[in-house]
Amino acid sequence: MHELSLASAIIDTVERHADGLPVRVISIRVGALRQVVPDSLDLYVDIVGRGTVCEGARLEFEVVPARLACCGSEWEPPSFRCPECGGGGTVVSGDEFMVESIQVDAGSTESNTQEAEACIART
Amino acid sequence: MHRTYVKVLEDVLDANSTIAAANRDDFERAGVTAVNLMSAPGAGKTTLLEGSLRNLDGIRVGVLEGDVASTLDGDRIAHLHVPVVQIETDPSFGGECHLDANMVRSALPSLPLDEIDLLVIENVGNLVCPAEFRVGEHHRVMVSSVAEGEDKPLKYPLMFRACELVIVNKIDLLPHLDFDLERYFYNLDAVHPGVDRLLVSAKTGEGVDAWREWLVLAATRETVPA
Repeated sequence: MHELSLASAIIDTVERHADGLPVRVISIRVGALRQVVPDSLDLYVDIVGRGTVCEGARLEFEVVPARLACCGSEWEPPSFRCPECGGGGTVVSGDEFMVESIQVDAGSTESNTQEAEACIART
Repeated sequence: MHRTYVKVLEDVLDANSTIAAANRDDFERAGVTAVNLMSAPGAGKTTLLEGSLRNLDGIRVGVLEGDVASTLDGDRIAHLHVPVVQIETDPSFGGECHLDANMVRSALPSLPLDEIDLLVIENVGNLVCPAEFRVGEHHRVMVSSVAEGEDKPLKYPLMFRACELVIVNKIDLLPHLDFDLERYFYNLDAVHPGVDRLLVSAKTGEGVDAWREWLVLAATRETVPA
């Protein structure tokens, strides 16, 4: 269920950037701390994306390992406790959850191509 | 036909965050402190609220109840004679297993924000999804019952890290369970070192005064904002 909600959020985000063009690849960057199961997210994006520009799009993941920092050193969970002072430390990486990029089929019509170019120019 | 690469670089939950900020603005304008109360199903959120919302030193409280289906919890809270709105995620929101900012926003017009000081948002019972979705709350609190076992912080670190206070409920059951409180706190500190914690029994009332005091302090803005 977690992934179902997140899949809907991904589709919404992608739709805002696709300018109506068919999306072929969605690249996601997800931190290990987000407890996202890639296979499950893949399944739900496939289901939620049906009937949208994302229909049939492939999901690509970059999983970012979790890193915490405290007392001048860095470490990886499972323990979130600083080995030096016992404090919680700060998250250096691992809580990201972004749509990094998409690949769209452009040029199916002239106006679509212009839209795609305008879209790229904005980024 | 050619394929074009479009850079997006947008947080997946941006839309939710925007609506959450709008909710937070509404709370601030009305002088309301919002507390998002989360837990697994059956940890005792509603029972705890029933036992703690009556005498809050004059703090006027409202409750927003989230459940997948039924108004059972909303009906229980209504007996306290406080304003309560029940969100059922099943008919309106596709059976979502959590409250998100938009669901809370849809319920705000039904709540008399100008007539309350404290809004307790009782989230859908679930140890994963509610931790992902901010709803505009000032504080995030979770209830964790000893009946769930001492390994839960290790299994659901996202939730245990998301909250600033862990209420350990059902301590009246400790003599009957193989629950090692020391081991539980060790696990809790492994995922969220030093997080504030309260031991309570919503059934017997033990420890509930401390939770009541926490709510009063939160409502009068005497605790450090989240």
